[in-house]
Amino acid sequence: MSEPLLEVEGLRKHFVTTKGLLRRRRVTVRAVEDVSFAIGAGEAFGLVGESGCGKSTAARALLRLIEPDAGGVRWRGEDVLAARGARLKALRRRMQIIFQDPYSALDPRQRIGAALTEPMRVHAIASGAEARRRAAALLDEVGLPPAVLDRYPHEFSGGQRQRIGIARALTLEPELIVADEPVSALDVSVQAQVLLLLRELRRRRGLAFLFVSHDLSVVRWFCDRVAVMYLGRIVEEGPAARVLAQPLHPYAQMLRDASPVPDPARRGTLPRIRGEIPSAAAPPPGCPFHPRCPQAIARCTGSLPRWTALPAGQGGVACHLHG
Amino acid sequence: MRADGAASLTWIGGLLCLAVLLAALLAPWIAPFDPAEQSILDRLQPPGGDHWLGTDQFGRDILSRLLWGARISLTVSLGAIGLAMVVGGTIGLVSGYIGGRLDLFTMQVMDVLLSFPSLILGLIVVALLGPDLVNLVIAIALTAIAPFARIARAPTLSLKERAFVEAGRALGYSHARILFGHILPNILPEVLVMATLWLATAVRVEASLAFVGLGPKPPTPTWGGMTRDGFETILDAPWLAVFPGLAILLLVLGLNMVGDGLRDATDPKLRHE
Repeated sequence: MSEPLLEVEGLRKHFVTTKGLLRRRRVTVRAVEDVSFAIGAGEAFGLVGESGCGKSTAARALLRLIEPDAGGVRWRGEDVLAARGARLKALRRRMQIIFQDPYSALDPRQRIGAALTEPMRVHAIASGAEARRRAAALLDEVGLPPAVLDRYPHEFSGGQRQRIGIARALTLEPELIVADEPVSALDVSVQAQVLLLLRELRRRRGLAFLFVSHDLSVVRWFCDRVAVMYLGRIVEEGPAARVLAQPLHPYAQMLRDASPVPDPARRGTLPRIRGEIPSAAAPPPGCPFHPRCPQAIARCTGSLPRWTALPAGQGGVACHLHG
Repeated sequence: MRADGAASLTWIGGLLCLAVLLAALLAPWIAPFDPAEQSILDRLQPPGGDHWLGTDQFGRDILSRLLWGARISLTVSLGAIGLAMVVGGTIGLVSGYIGGRLDLFTMQVMDVLLSFPSLILGLIVVALLGPDLVNLVIAIALTAIAPFARIARAPTLSLKERAFVEAGRALGYSHARILFGHILPNILPEVLVMATLWLATAVRVEASLAFVGLGPKPPTPTWGGMTRDGFETILDAPWLAVFPGLAILLLVLGLNMVGDGLRDATDPKLRHE
């Protein structure tokens, strides 16, 4: 990785809500506490973790769909968080998103053709017949016929809608696509088709991906590098093969061991995961994972483990056992 | 599938509304007499003969006055509801989309407006501004703004959380484009159904205001005004009050039937995609 496309540094996002009917109190949910990573051009970077660990929030914050509280996001060295107006609009062309739920991702009252040509008109890329021709070409690229242009979203299945959503993300010819659980709402057979499509697009267009998922097998198949998140922090990061096969952090090990293996001989051998993910409104002191960690030592309750880089491009880990 | 009975009621309502609309449009050509022409010799004629629906105490033809009066009823109610729909709908859309304190404040103002019965609010405004046609439209529109703001805001709150709104922002769309190009088309069916139902209320409020003397000045014929004038002779010549009263009833009924039908047709639970 020579020059990173996207650099995220110390990203933080807290949500403040008020709770209680009579005695109202402010509750701060620390969705993203301190997240840093970088994605190179054409690289697929996976962000994994349980639901509620902050991975989707982090992805939205770097796209400015949510305003982060602190930290930095740089696109080819340019400050994304400081961008306003035309600068921000230009940056939006470079980064696009595809969503988990294909049913809510499309405007139900807009024909597919209009949904695909509107971004081109807004960014003055193309209009009229030219925009329509481009839209048809994009549909072809995601495996749908041009007749789709004149139809409404409700006429399509979840997998087809996801393809349309992917085509829409490509209208502005981005260099990075944030894929937020892009296949987890789809049938297993359709999941494979959509994943193959994404990999094909990545190969053909040289796209970089931030791939947010809780499915380790999908991430391992799709991504070059992966970061494991727990309670708003990255606990381990590195090449996908290394992190998912020989993780160092006890939480990453637990995730690996909890993934089903398609082997009848190993039926019923999944180890149980201990405990529940703590509330991000009241994270435990010290290492956030220590209450569930089978290898916790005295230091884990007292202090937050520092990030330790591993040698030879193997990434890094935040754990007292490896500090 | 909806019951056939409900569907035919919608059609009957539609025909009633169409009949009133045609009467209003064609009044200059189909009215047998000049609605303001007085004739002492023909005063208080019962229905039948030259005057199908009889004459009033000045000898004016009631049918002709009803046909011309339909114009006032429709102009005022359509104008008022059109105005309320645009103003109230925009308030609801913007307030729901922006959210936060502004939304809280706006909706509390709307709640205060809602707490006045339409007739009382209309009375106050017309009494303050004076009873001409434009003020009537404004007065009735004011009573209907709050319901339109509410009906526009509720679906906006849920729509703005949908991924396609987030997609629009990621694609660099302006807030105005998202709001009026993507959220508005999705709430329009609800707002239009509401408009049909509120048209009936507007007709009623206009008639009520005319009935208490806050309508357009005589000799302009209005249904509410005619009912009031006929009240004085209701025992001797009931047709003076009965026919305009019936006209109000049929128009309100027709609008309600159309509104109910449209509401059922756009109900997502009944609609099959």
